[in-house]
Amino acid sequence: MSITLYLPKDTASLALGADRVAKALQRAAQARGLDLTLVRTGSRGMLWLEPLLEVETPEGRIAYGPVRPGDAESLLDAGLAQGGAHRLRIGRPEDYPYFARQQRLTFGRCGIVDPASVEAYRAHGGYRGLEAALAAGPAGTVEAVKASGLRGRGGAGFPTGIKWNTVLLAEARQKYVVCNADEGDSGTFADRMLMEGDPLTLIEGMTIAAVAVGATRGYIYCRSEYPHAFAALETAIAAAERAGCLGADVMGSGKAFHLEARLGAGAYICGEETSLLESLEGKRGIVRAKPPIPALKGLFGQPTLVNNVLSFAAVPWILEHGGPAYAAYGMGRSLGTLPIQLAGNVKRGGLIETAFGLTLREVIEDFGGGTASGRPLRAVQVGGPLGAYFPESLLDTPLDYEAFAAKKGLLGHGGIVVFDDTVDLARQARFAFEFCAAESCGKCTPCRIGAVRGMETIDKVIAGESPRENLALVTDLCEVMTDGSLCAMGGLTPVPVMSALTHFPEDFSGRGARLPLAAE
Amino acid sequence: MSGRDLGRVSAHESWDAERAAGIIAGHAHREGATLPILHALQETFGYVDAAAVPLIAEALNLSRAEVHGCLTFYHDFRKEPAGRHTVKLCRAEACQAVGADALHDEVLRHYDVAWHGTTRDGQVTVEPVFCLGLCACGPAALVDGEPVGRLDLDALADALTERAA
Repeated sequence: MSITLYLPKDTASLALGADRVAKALQRAAQARGLDLTLVRTGSRGMLWLEPLLEVETPEGRIAYGPVRPGDAESLLDAGLAQGGAHRLRIGRPEDYPYFARQQRLTFGRCGIVDPASVEAYRAHGGYRGLEAALAAGPAGTVEAVKASGLRGRGGAGFPTGIKWNTVLLAEARQKYVVCNADEGDSGTFADRMLMEGDPLTLIEGMTIAAVAVGATRGYIYCRSEYPHAFAALETAIAAAERAGCLGADVMGSGKAFHLEARLGAGAYICGEETSLLESLEGKRGIVRAKPPIPALKGLFGQPTLVNNVLSFAAVPWILEHGGPAYAAYGMGRSLGTLPIQLAGNVKRGGLIETAFGLTLREVIEDFGGGTASGRPLRAVQVGGPLGAYFPESLLDTPLDYEAFAAKKGLLGHGGIVVFDDTVDLARQARFAFEFCAAESCGKCTPCRIGAVRGMETIDKVIAGESPRENLALVTDLCEVMTDGSLCAMGGLTPVPVMSALTHFPEDFSGRGARLPLAAE
Repeated sequence: MSGRDLGRVSAHESWDAERAAGIIAGHAHREGATLPILHALQETFGYVDAAAVPLIAEALNLSRAEVHGCLTFYHDFRKEPAGRHTVKLCRAEACQAVGADALHDEVLRHYDVAWHGTTRDGQVTVEPVFCLGLCACGPAALVDGEPVGRLDLDALADALTERAA
């Protein structure tokens, strides 16, 4: 008898023991004389259920999780092949409330397909976007992206179609397409999940971009903290080349696109696009002054389209279904879907791809189920280490670029980190400066020196040394950093600091470490 | 820790200029080859020897200062070999939210090391890292490149034992 099972091998599932589960299943199957095929996929993104094991049945995939190695025998006893009853059975993932409430456009295949297989990718609708783009031609492709309302998912929210048009209109012998896969913000993992679970969507998106803007070379700059994502990219690129979807003649179109994955080296600043380009050129990741913008003078001085993983990955769906279909999701000027990453001290963390407009409260309470510790929520940081700390009273803010800006926060890459009432916001503010000091490229003074002085001054506040005067200094320093820094690193470090000061002044009273409210 | 002296056994080759020159030549034709070369050298030797700087500069037609600048800018590149196992502990906010700071104090105390330090038996080097993308299952770590979620002292010891096996 034979049985095919699906088990993720993305980094989060591995971190929770997926390989040990795989071994246990293989051992148990062998002992029973079962012919087991284990397809390793990406994650569905319901991380508290990982490792999530799935089996194909006539009703669709049936899932079980979280599976421990010790569950292998009882799962097989329960008639796993037929989707039999078991205490870990959650049914069809698509019917599971956490998943059913989402709109999976970008992540539609993630967790379902074998990420290394072009065949599986095509069987699930892959490469229809590129076919549409080849039929539409460069101007038609750029028009579709414009009509979708897609804005850069890396955090800045710049209209993607306008950037594409700039590179399309630039004249040069060599143009480049570069993917910023330096996902360094804490609380974000959507890029990693996509690169590990469905890298061909990113590759197809980049290929569409290259054909549209007239670029023949592309790079994916992947951070070194993601060794498994990098390996998945290399495997998928090689598979796409073998299938004729990359290389000298992309899908018989006569257009060339050569794509290569490059590994970063542990510098957060290389997530800033000009620093990333310097790094790709083989230099220190020092930020460049703009203008000139990379779209006109980017990699090796050539016109370069730089987009985030999720921006490129949204494009195949847009080309397949049309710009207006994508723009039908969302609110205000934030159109389409946002892959939200719910993390930190939360019961049900994971990836939630949904149209813009859900409130923070809906995400944290309805999806997340509150804090993992069971203690009251006290603060939420949205948008990575340069994002604001919001108190409970701001949880009704909708996930929308403009709504967040209005509350002096930023949506960034869509990462939400939940903290319970044991958090000390003075420590978090100190950490924001410490992180900036460690990761500043050093080019401009407000960032390089400001971060160090900021950390020292917060230390004085924490020690109770003239807190009022020192906080006035911190506020002034934050103003200088905001106005005087060259890039977002120094320019946005004041966001977490000032939001902590504004919303949680009681933590900066200088009476030493804040004790948890309830000491029971 | 096992009683055997595993500290002398290294997964890496010892520094060899000729071998290094071969690796450099293998990548020198690539656009912006500096980082791929530094990564390849570190993968082979476990660190980037200072003697590699002039070799890279020569091959890429760069000044030694440019290569040295690049080598020292990035957190990843080591100037000397690490311990037999490398533990990277995530210090970023999502892990802080689930008690990473207290755990790290405990780890450093238990293994009697400081950040970036190596245990006296040469077994374990402990380094900070800012985010591994395991933000919904922290505290997180990479042990010799393999991810561990919901980390505590026991889980770390288990992971190290597994790696040593």
